[in-house]
Amino acid sequence: MTFDLFVLPFFLGLIFLLVVLGIKYSRWINALPKADILKIRNGIFSRKFFLSIREIFFESLLHRKMFKQNALSGWMHMSFAFGWFMLIVIGNIESRVYSGRHVNPPYYPIFLKFFVHDRKVLPFEIYTVPGFFRFSMDLMLLLILSGLVLAFIKRQHSKWFGYQRKTKQTEFDRFALTALWFIFPLRLLAESFTAGYYLGGGFLTNSLGWVFSCFLPVEYLAYPAWWAYSIALGAFFVTLPYSRYMHIPTEVLLIFLRNFGIKTEKNFNSFSEIEVNSCPRCGICIDTCQLNTSACIHDTQSIYFLRSVRQNEVKQDVAFDCLLCGRCQEICPVGINLNAIRIAKRKDIQTLTPNSYSYLTPNQPPIVDVVYFAGCMTHLTPSIKKAMTEILDVTGVKYSFLDADGTVCCGRPQMMAGKIDAAQQLMDYNKTLIQKSGAKTLVTSCPICYKVFKEDYNLNIQVLHHTQYLWQLMNENKISLKPSEKTVVYHDPCELGRGSGIYEEPRQIIKSIAGLMSTEHEKADALCCGGSLGNVQINSKQRNAIQKDVLDELQKFHPDTIVTACPLCKKTLAKGSEAKVEDIAEFVCKALQPTANKKIRKEQFKSLTKAELIGLAIEKL
Amino acid sequence: MIDFGYTINTDRQIDYDANDHRMSHFILSREPSYNLCIGCGSCTATCSAGNFTDFNFRKLHLMIKRGEISEVKTKIQKCMFCGKCLLVCPRGVNTRNLILTINCAIDELKL
Amino acid sequence: MNKKVVIIGGGIAGMEASITLAELGYHATLLEKSHSTGGHVQDWYQLFPNRRPAKEVLTFSELRMEGKVKTINDADIIEIEKNINDFRILLRNGKLVVADAIVVATGFDLFDAHRKEEYGYGIYENVITSADLEKRFSEGKKILTHGGAVPKRIGIIHCVGSRDEKSGNNYCSKVCCVTGVKQAIEIREMLPETEVFCFYMDLRMFGRHFEELYKESQEKWGVNFIRGRLSEANENADGSILLKVEDTLAGKPLKMKVDLLILLAGFVPSGGTKAIGKMLGLPFGDDGFITPKDEHTSTNLTDIQGVFVTGSCTGPKSIQDSIADARAAATQVANYLK
Repeated sequence: MTFDLFVLPFFLGLIFLLVVLGIKYSRWINALPKADILKIRNGIFSRKFFLSIREIFFESLLHRKMFKQNALSGWMHMSFAFGWFMLIVIGNIESRVYSGRHVNPPYYPIFLKFFVHDRKVLPFEIYTVPGFFRFSMDLMLLLILSGLVLAFIKRQHSKWFGYQRKTKQTEFDRFALTALWFIFPLRLLAESFTAGYYLGGGFLTNSLGWVFSCFLPVEYLAYPAWWAYSIALGAFFVTLPYSRYMHIPTEVLLIFLRNFGIKTEKNFNSFSEIEVNSCPRCGICIDTCQLNTSACIHDTQSIYFLRSVRQNEVKQDVAFDCLLCGRCQEICPVGINLNAIRIAKRKDIQTLTPNSYSYLTPNQPPIVDVVYFAGCMTHLTPSIKKAMTEILDVTGVKYSFLDADGTVCCGRPQMMAGKIDAAQQLMDYNKTLIQKSGAKTLVTSCPICYKVFKEDYNLNIQVLHHTQYLWQLMNENKISLKPSEKTVVYHDPCELGRGSGIYEEPRQIIKSIAGLMSTEHEKADALCCGGSLGNVQINSKQRNAIQKDVLDELQKFHPDTIVTACPLCKKTLAKGSEAKVEDIAEFVCKALQPTANKKIRKEQFKSLTKAELIGLAIEKL
Repeated sequence: MIDFGYTINTDRQIDYDANDHRMSHFILSREPSYNLCIGCGSCTATCSAGNFTDFNFRKLHLMIKRGEISEVKTKIQKCMFCGKCLLVCPRGVNTRNLILTINCAIDELKL
Repeated sequence: MNKKVVIIGGGIAGMEASITLAELGYHATLLEKSHSTGGHVQDWYQLFPNRRPAKEVLTFSELRMEGKVKTINDADIIEIEKNINDFRILLRNGKLVVADAIVVATGFDLFDAHRKEEYGYGIYENVITSADLEKRFSEGKKILTHGGAVPKRIGIIHCVGSRDEKSGNNYCSKVCCVTGVKQAIEIREMLPETEVFCFYMDLRMFGRHFEELYKESQEKWGVNFIRGRLSEANENADGSILLKVEDTLAGKPLKMKVDLLILLAGFVPSGGTKAIGKMLGLPFGDDGFITPKDEHTSTNLTDIQGVFVTGSCTGPKSIQDSIADARAAATQVANYLK
């Protein structure tokens, strides 16, 4: 026989799940912009397809990234994912062998042990075909159950797993979780009872079955157990598309689309929807968020934000209460682009009043080779602009300080608040100004400005952050630096480090001058100073709490100087600091060899005529 | 006062009781630091938009407190949202969130 | 009586406390961290409100100390041990001082104006602090710009490092406003052709004759006052300072060039206050100053038997306040040691 009533909950649940997924996925894919659909077409028949399969195997099944973060958590997720996958695969092959048919109804492999009863076989005879199947199926079941035990312990004692804060689950998720947790113990019971009666089963089910048969009426318990198993499966399938477990199939889709080159840009589209549905709600983003650890803000972390997006209940004060520091994005095992989604959602809930910058009319700036853009914040840290202009003077390059009399904001703060149109107006103004100057290189001392110049302005000239520019100057021997006895610690600005991938240049510059001490959190793991313009909601007390914790870590071994590369970080960290906080431009400027550089200048001046010299002097005034 | 549609005459005084304070209450409920302002003017002095136009955040926010809200909608469009005001305020007023909240108030109160 | 009192901190408050205790018949020992007693008053030129020389006040105290108070300079305290009946104070040079009561008079430091980077102290040559100015006055130096010229216009900025959440100090340092008005008058007297502008948020003229001094500064000396807090200072090519402020009373931003900028830096608890307070286990307020037993009724007592506090270590004080407070502390000590 190949059918029994009890398979219905499972079967109907599965059909329901497949239909719902089919509808959702086709709707999402159809709603993608044309350019993205083209990418899918190109991608399916390319190498990217196989790269995706590989990534699915290593991440969705083996959870490699998660293992690196937290081994226990990784094992737990891996055991469920990989174990269940193997159960299905091996089960399918097994069912074909036993039935002799190539095609079986979908419930047949799942409930194989109900339909097929083997004669008693020694449990460890894995070199025979039936023995091999029985062994591996029981092994996979044991794997899953080990993960289940861990999951149960984690729910009770999350601290043992290194989780300082537990995820606050919704009622629905709890229900889905309960259904999931019942599936495999029920399978174990059902198979064990059956094994106990028919004396079949593998090393696990056979032994357990024998134990049960000693004191339980296994003949009558088996059938109800199969029913329960089927119901648990059915319940899980029916709740899956509406719970956190939607991530199981959606993550697979995400990996394909992402490898084909699709990503969330400025708008929240159906790809963003796919990303949001791929969140497994693992909670790793909670502990890494400084709002949680330093500022006692526990309801805005990405996990809760994405949940609110799915439930269509995004609250403004939560959406805007995020530093956009990127720490959660860096650590997310699924690789969801959390910052982009947050910003795209801010765009959706923004207010109606537009911004009007018609009062800005670009004049003709001086024609130069290099244009220096200090940025809004640098005007509040004048030591940086002074150092940069001194260094630029020393190199003798023809430059202008584009925003000396006051900056028109680069536009990124507006962009981070989701106000893309307003940002575009500001960008148009600055772009015109930069183009009119004829410069081939744009140097800026603010990483926030750097990121937007690089990614959104579409300038056809070289765009450099001042750390890159200084490093270039150092390598081209245009400046020479004298060593210093000071001990230095470097703080990675979020927008420069995680935001733009620039970690090494500032470190190399520092190392060529002084000794660089390391800190607990560095580079991609660096902490956010708390000054963030990405967070509009946070109050000064909460910012101070974050700043204090970061400062404590940076000053742990009492460095003389904290060097950073962002005026906002400098201003934020300098408050109440014992060490001197310096921008890297100041640090380099102090280390400039006076005579060597004067010589360079003298050489350059020698070649100018008197008229040119006077012209230069007038220009400076 | 009868509104003839001319805009040359402005009230010679703030009639506090007659003014519309809903915006002020809305903002206070969302952003408590609204109450902290001492009117020092640092925000206006450092404002990026203030370099190019007559946007005056201190005055804007004071006028809302007094209930003089007729010009808020046009004036607030000039803000570049750069954050310098936030960085200089000696009382720790969250000026950027105030701008956002004022925009919300304009929507909510259908001004 | 042979009871011993140790006064930690040789500023004006510590000096007055030690003299009063000596005159009451106790053995008073004054421990001072630096080379000489006198504290910050040594650095001042003329005192508000009547512009009398600071040296006179110092001499008044110093003369009375002679022969009565034992002073130990360069006294670096590394440990204070509290026993049942007395205190043992260990100095870095190995000396041990025993006391039946301690008076903490460790005072204040001036806010380091480098920390208010947007004002340009240490970055632009023509930005100095009020303390720098007092020093120039005391040394009889001419008030000139960095380039050696007579300044045509001088700006004075109030509330630098005080009433400023961004500097970490929310409190008002009390005496800077009247200091600013006093210095404005002194400048106008010295340089009658020079314009002086004071940029303030409020003018705190709390003491006797202070408001009259303010009136005099306007009426007799023509000092200008603009209500607006400086947001940032920029440097022109010629070294003069460009100020960006909002003239809040006029309701418009204002920009102005000054040749010299003076920052009225406020008070912060001194390093000594923090260290000694920690050694004795005294409670600090949110503002970093020591909190006495009761802020109205017992401002010189602490929760520790035998430990008393006076002077600016419990909050910003004028010289008048400090002298009065020191004498009050001395009577509390006498009450305790009876």
